[in-house]
Amino acid sequence: MIELLTYGETGWGDEMLRGAGVTVIVALLAYALGILVGMVAAAGRMGGSLIVRGVVEVYTTVVRGVPELLVIYLLFFGFSGAVMWVASTFGYTDYIEVDNFVVGVLAVGVISGAYSAEVFRGAIQAIPPGQIEAGKAVGMNGWQIFHRIQLPQLLRLALPGLGNVWQLTLKDTALISVTGLAELMRTSHVASGSTREPFTFYLAAAVLYLVMTTFSQAAFQRAERFYSRGVRMASG
Amino acid sequence: MVESFGPILAGAGLTVQLVTLSVSIGFFAGIGLALARLSPNPLLSYPAYAYVFFFRGTPLLVQLFLIYYGSSQFDFIKESPAWVVLSEPFWCAVIALAMNTTAYTSEIIRGGIQSVPWGQIEAARACGMSRFLVFRRITMPVALRQALPGYSNEIILMVKGSALASTVTVMEMTGIAKSIISRTFAPVEVFIVAGSIYLLINFVVTRVIRRLEHRLTPYQRTRAELEKEEAQSGILGLGSLLGRARTR
Repeated sequence: MIELLTYGETGWGDEMLRGAGVTVIVALLAYALGILVGMVAAAGRMGGSLIVRGVVEVYTTVVRGVPELLVIYLLFFGFSGAVMWVASTFGYTDYIEVDNFVVGVLAVGVISGAYSAEVFRGAIQAIPPGQIEAGKAVGMNGWQIFHRIQLPQLLRLALPGLGNVWQLTLKDTALISVTGLAELMRTSHVASGSTREPFTFYLAAAVLYLVMTTFSQAAFQRAERFYSRGVRMASG
Repeated sequence: MVESFGPILAGAGLTVQLVTLSVSIGFFAGIGLALARLSPNPLLSYPAYAYVFFFRGTPLLVQLFLIYYGSSQFDFIKESPAWVVLSEPFWCAVIALAMNTTAYTSEIIRGGIQSVPWGQIEAARACGMSRFLVFRRITMPVALRQALPGYSNEIILMVKGSALASTVTVMEMTGIAKSIISRTFAPVEVFIVAGSIYLLINFVVTRVIRRLEHRLTPYQRTRAELEKEEAQSGILGLGSLLGRARTR
């Protein structure tokens, strides 16, 4: 059982670790994309026109209320069509195949973004309005209020929520194995198929996921403590 | 779009079955696990902690594959009576979903139990209630009411999680949606149809839970509001058993 997980020709250890590497890369890119999307969406939700607010609300509600797998299928089957349609308006009519990696990052990023948007909205709302008023009273303009008052506090207030979103994002990457991208889940599937030892490989995958989630949770806790160092708390 | 509606709606039945079965199992198992986790006995609390740690730290898909594909690796399982259940993809999906939600539910209920003010328990003990009676009359009702909003999120996660059953050949809504997409190449239309049914299910879930929460928290409303509610439920004849009994 163990020799199957060793390195080299006979073992799957190196393939599994490479799969875990792909998982981490997809998760990081999707998370970054999600934060970007989430910030834009939160800004649109808070200060946009009625139409922008409506669009953002539909986006966050639909993506958070519909199975992740369905979103992945939509992009997996629909994205290359959309790209081809855009290309055809520029006069390019050949078939374009979009890489599974790109679809995976995009799909998980879109899901992650909907959750990030809610986290950012909550964080912005958690800043007492009196502080904004005070900023205005001393003559700050909108940008100054944003980067002197809101932005420094945003990270501290959003970090616990963003930690949760990271865990969700990391675990959601397992779902893009349905597109055939060789991340950890897909690699385990292939390995269990050829060795007929599915339990061994899925357990190994589970352990690798546990290592990833545990380490990143510890990292987030440290970051939280670091960014809250200026806040007086009831204990500790 | 219209022609895909029928088949997808037909899959909704299986989705609802998966969710109701796993959520009802997970609810009771979750209470048990929360109690084990809070127990002063380390032989109970450590395994409970490990269980929650494993199921919250790994993707649901791994858990499902471990049960569905993993169980076939061992001959002793294949020869045991459990194989009747474990060879069925539907039951594997129910087991995986139930085990997963048990972990999350136990954490939600643990939070609820820990939020019960100590004074209430002390008061009940002072009235001479036994430990079990305190648990049944004070701790559990207050804890569950406290846990309701979080639990509503957990049920929605289960509705979404049930889609994973399609990866082990259970043809619930997402499975049917995927097969229609790969046949017709109309991903947007199918997404809209399946997506709106999922949203509808989740909307009903949140509504029912919010209603229940409203019924269980009459003390958060003023006397005038309560009397108004009473009058309305009287006129409409819809006075719910739970709400009426408690507003008095």
